[in-house]
Amino acid sequence: MGGLSYTIEDLNSMTQGQFFGQTIADLGKSDSSIVCLTADLAKSSKIGTFFSAFPERSFNMGIAEQNMVSVAAGLALAGKKPYVATFACFASMRAGEQVRTDICYPNLNVKIIGTHAGLSMGNGGTTHHATEDIGIMRTFANMTVTVPADGIETAKIIQACANHYGPLYMRIGRGLEPPAYETVDYNFKLGKAITMKEGSDISIIACGNCVKAAMDAADKLADTEGPRVRVINMHTIKPLDTETILKAAEETGTILTAEEHNILGGLGSAVAEVLAEAGVQCKFKRLGIPDVFSVIGYPDDLYGHYKIDMEGIADAVCEIMGVERKKIDEDAD
Amino acid sequence: MLHNCQNREELMKFLTKKSVDIRKKIIQLVVTAGGGHVGGGLSMTEILLTMYYHILNIDPKNPSKPDRDRFILSKGHGGVGICPVLADVGYYPEDMMMDFNQYLSPFGMHPDMKKVPGIDMSTGSLGHGLSISVGLAIGARLDKTSWRVFCLLGDGECNEGSVWEAAMAAHHYKLGNLIAIVDRNQHMLDGPTEKIMSLEPLEDKWKAFGFNTKVIKGHDYQELLDTFEKLPPATNENPVCIICNTVKGKGVSFMENEPKWHYGGLDEDAAKSAITDIDKMTL
Ligand SMILES: Cc1ncc(C[n+]2csc(CCOP(=O)(O)OP(=O)(O)O)c2C)c(N)n1
Repeated sequence: MGGLSYTIEDLNSMTQGQFFGQTIADLGKSDSSIVCLTADLAKSSKIGTFFSAFPERSFNMGIAEQNMVSVAAGLALAGKKPYVATFACFASMRAGEQVRTDICYPNLNVKIIGTHAGLSMGNGGTTHHATEDIGIMRTFANMTVTVPADGIETAKIIQACANHYGPLYMRIGRGLEPPAYETVDYNFKLGKAITMKEGSDISIIACGNCVKAAMDAADKLADTEGPRVRVINMHTIKPLDTETILKAAEETGTILTAEEHNILGGLGSAVAEVLAEAGVQCKFKRLGIPDVFSVIGYPDDLYGHYKIDMEGIADAVCEIMGVERKKIDEDAD
Repeated sequence: MLHNCQNREELMKFLTKKSVDIRKKIIQLVVTAGGGHVGGGLSMTEILLTMYYHILNIDPKNPSKPDRDRFILSKGHGGVGICPVLADVGYYPEDMMMDFNQYLSPFGMHPDMKKVPGIDMSTGSLGHGLSISVGLAIGARLDKTSWRVFCLLGDGECNEGSVWEAAMAAHHYKLGNLIAIVDRNQHMLDGPTEKIMSLEPLEDKWKAFGFNTKVIKGHDYQELLDTFEKLPPATNENPVCIICNTVKGKGVSFMENEPKWHYGGLDEDAAKSAITDIDKMTL
């Protein structure tokens, strides 16, 4: 491993992209077989940090994502460990077949980083949003699909890549939001969900930005003696931690999923598949983008619009629990 | 045409003044919008003004007029560059853009044909526009109509393989009613095109794909007018590619050829200094 050491201060000062760039540049020091590729997005994706450190192992392929992904496949065949970074919409859709057929089918060791995922491109609009990528990537056999909750988890996933063979997709946002973790020192294992908050009335299974929003919603509800909410960070969508999901269903009886993705095909669908197949009876609801192309706005506006921010999630908890949402009078003290 | 100029001289004067006005509006819009693709917005101003005021057969009062010429902004990140032009020729009032980029606005970085009058196709993912234009041009042929399809591409955009798939098809289907225009400003997002992914010899590439080609000065109205007024008839068999040599960030000294101004925001002071530059610019 690349001798990574981040501090608590980094959590608040670095974006997800910066954690990614820094970590991959760090891994590059100890593993000379790592090569990096981008499609005219070295700066935006932050893979540029590796480009500056190791120019001879860095390849900007121009605005040609399909070619880039197949070139990465060729590099893997030649014994290299390629990391490819572009916007999530282009990684999953423009180059989708190349990812499936040239990387997943021969099970090549290529890591794909989709940045600016979900609605984080805000007023960039639908051409730049990626609310389908989890669904697309998880239907490719051999593919591992990850969605870090924040910057430090982004670093942990990239570190985990060093000991992981095969295709892996990591989707990150702009990562300007407050971090979900207050520590850099926790155990992370691909495929093993992390319970961020204990609770016995309802479980929220979330990924990405929605983890922090769900934690805040849980706190807010606790302040008003509302439902006691368990928050599960499902950072790996595939392979999915079915054990944690079934345990949550059994112990809390109600499951809410929250993701910055179309409610079709993503985390919510994956959790529903597990529950249905296990024959578990529980109340269940998916929060996400309701199968529409998003309106224009800044990301925070859009999270509010589609009710995947703290307020939206807290309301949804109360609705599914059939309780009234009590609000503290903010001006009271 | 959407002007009343009686001769070339009047038209040159009219367009030259518009160049200054529109650039100022672009700068103001970048301030309002909180940021935008300003560099590539400023490089295509003369191309757009030539098209919308003089060349395209369009009616801003009737944006979906069936026999209109189509204009596809394949470099769809040109939202802040094209939207002020569409307002100027009368598709919508300028103040409709007051909430550009804001929550629920019809206007974002990449124009949406369902929300912005005058936009013939929603774009933003590079390398789609020329293929769409091929479809439109074949459609026009099937209906035996004489309208044309103009498609404006970025030079970096020409990295995309799909551009060349479309070029191959345009030649194969003998689409002389299709005109590709390349905004050859020499820069893409990460830097100069010849450094990131070289395109030259670009004209030879288009030629080899069967296009009638011409390289012109893309800020020079004499050349723009001469070229687009004298296009071969739409019934011609060869598609056309006009490569316009332009300057990214044209008119604003601190933006010209400066990669970081591909996309940027402006505070009031920076905007003021940009506008001072634009007042002094020559084409
Ligand atoms: C398929 C695709 N890949 C990447 C991008 C991100 N992107 C937006 S603009 C741009 C650079 C475009 O350069 P160019 O075509 O030369 O346009 P201009 O310099 O005129 O702005 C890139 C890479 C995109 N919009 N679409």
